[in-house]
Amino acid sequence: MIDLDPLWLTVKLALIVTIILFVIAVPLAYWLAYSKSRFKTIVEVIVTLPLVLPPSVLGFYLLIAFSPENTLGKFLDHYFNLRLVFTFEGLIVASVLYSLPFMVNPILAGFKNLPASLKEASFTFGKSTFTTLTKILLPNIRASILTGIVMTFAHTIGEFGVVLMVGGSIPKETRVVSIAIYDEVESMNYHNANVYAAILFVFTFLILLGVYIVNNRKRNISLL
Amino acid sequence: MIKFRAYKLLQTAEGKMPLDVSFNLEKGQFLSLYGKSGAGKTTILRILSGLTNAEKSFIEVDNELWDDSEKKKHIAVQKRSIGFVFQDYALFPNLTVKENLEFALQKKDNRKIINELLELMELGQLQNNKPINLSGGQQQRVALARAIAHQPKILLLDEPLSALDDEMRFKLQDYIFKAHQYYKLTTILVSHHLPEIFRLSDNVIHLDKGKIIKHGKPGEVFSEQKVSSKFKVTGEIIEIKKADIVYIVSVLSENNIIKVIAPKDEINNLKIGQKVLVASKAFNPLIQVIY
Repeated sequence: MIDLDPLWLTVKLALIVTIILFVIAVPLAYWLAYSKSRFKTIVEVIVTLPLVLPPSVLGFYLLIAFSPENTLGKFLDHYFNLRLVFTFEGLIVASVLYSLPFMVNPILAGFKNLPASLKEASFTFGKSTFTTLTKILLPNIRASILTGIVMTFAHTIGEFGVVLMVGGSIPKETRVVSIAIYDEVESMNYHNANVYAAILFVFTFLILLGVYIVNNRKRNISLL
Repeated sequence: MIKFRAYKLLQTAEGKMPLDVSFNLEKGQFLSLYGKSGAGKTTILRILSGLTNAEKSFIEVDNELWDDSEKKKHIAVQKRSIGFVFQDYALFPNLTVKENLEFALQKKDNRKIINELLELMELGQLQNNKPINLSGGQQQRVALARAIAHQPKILLLDEPLSALDDEMRFKLQDYIFKAHQYYKLTTILVSHHLPEIFRLSDNVIHLDKGKIIKHGKPGEVFSEQKVSSKFKVTGEIIEIKKADIVYIVSVLSENNIIKVIAPKDEINNLKIGQKVLVASKAFNPLIQVIY
C-alpha cells in the first residue's frame, strides 16, 4: 500500500497557494492594467520572472533568504517564530512566488481585453473602484479568472525544483507528490513511482480538460 | 449654467496639438460639438466629466466648482452629476437591460424612474435581455436610458449614432430629443453629422485643431454668408457627374438624394464628401460649400 500523505499534502498546498494568489493577483493585475506609474514595467518583469527563471535559481535564493542565519530568516524567526526553510509554510511562500505569473497574467489579460469605457461608465454612476471591480469588471472576466485559478492550482501541483530546494523531502511536512516520485525512483521503487505519476497525470489532465470545455462553451455564447 | 475652460496638450497623428477652449452653456440648452476627428471634441466631454485631466482647467456647473487648476481643485468623476453615453455604449455584458439601468442608481434614488425610462425608450419587452442579444439601435437606447437614470445635470453624448444606419439614426435622434426635453437636461452632443446637428441643437461649436472657430446657432455657424432663399437644406456630396455642358451634383440630405445642376466653374470648388448647403432662390438652385 502506498503512502497517501504526499497526495493530501500536494492538494492542500495547491489549494492554499491558489487562494492566497487570487487575493494578491486581483489588485495587482488591476494596478498593472490601469496604472500609469513608471514602476509598472519593473513590476511586470518581476511578476513574469518565475516563468523563465530555472526553479532551482528561485529556490536557491529563497533558501538563502529564509535561512535563520540571514537577516530575513532571523527577523521572521525572532519576531514571528516563523521558520521557512524545510517547513510547509516555507513551501507556501515559495509556491506563491513561483506561481505568481500563472494567476496574474490571465487576470491582467482579462482586464486589458475589457473596453476601458466599462470602468469609466461605472465611475460616471458614482460607483467606487471596489464596486466597479466586484460588480462589473470581475464578472466580465470570469473565463480569465477560471484560467488563472486552474493554471495556478495545476502548476503548484506540478512544481519540483523550488519545493526541493526550499522544502527538501520531510514526510507530512514538505514531501509532496513530485518529490515522492523522485524519492521512489531513487530507491528503485518503480511501482510506487508509477502510481504517484499516474495519479498526477490523470488529475492534471482532467483539470485542464475541464477548463478548456468550460472556456470554449463560454466563448461560444459570450462573444461580443 | 456651465462655465468651461480648458487647456491640454493632445498627442495626435500630426504631433502635439494644444486644445484650448472656453465656452458657457445655459441650463437646459442642447449644444453640439462639431469638427473633424482629432479636433478635440471627445476630449472636451472627457475633461468635463472628469475622466481626463487637463493641464489647466476651470469648470463650474450651477455655481458648483468641479475643476479649478489654479486652486488645485478637482472633483472626482464619481462626484460629478453627469450621464455619459459612450461611442461603444459601454453596456455591462453581465447585466440585463433592467439591471444595467438599476446599476446607475444610488441607494437613495427613486426606483420608479427605471420603469418610466423603459417605457419612454420602448425597452419594456427587452428588459430581461442581456446586451449581447440586442441590435445596435436597441443598445443605443439602453445606453441613453442608463445615462439618464440617475438624473444627471448634464448629458454627454459621444457620437452615439455614428455606427447606425440613417433610418435608425433618425429614430434615435427623436429619443434623444424626447429625453432632453422630458428630463429638462443640459445636453452636449459630439457629432459630425450636419442634419443631426440642425435637427437637435440650440447651439453648435465648430472646433478645428483644438480651437473654437465658430460658436452660435447652427444656421449661423454653417453658412458663410446669409443666403436669402426660398428653401435650403444641408447635406453631403455623394456624386458629381458630367452631363453635356453642365454637371449634376448629387447631395445626400437625411435620406433623400437631391440632384442639382452646376456649371463647370462652380464644380471646381466641390469635392465628394463635402458638406454643402443647397438653396433655391426663385429659379436657380445654389450649391455652396459650408465645411
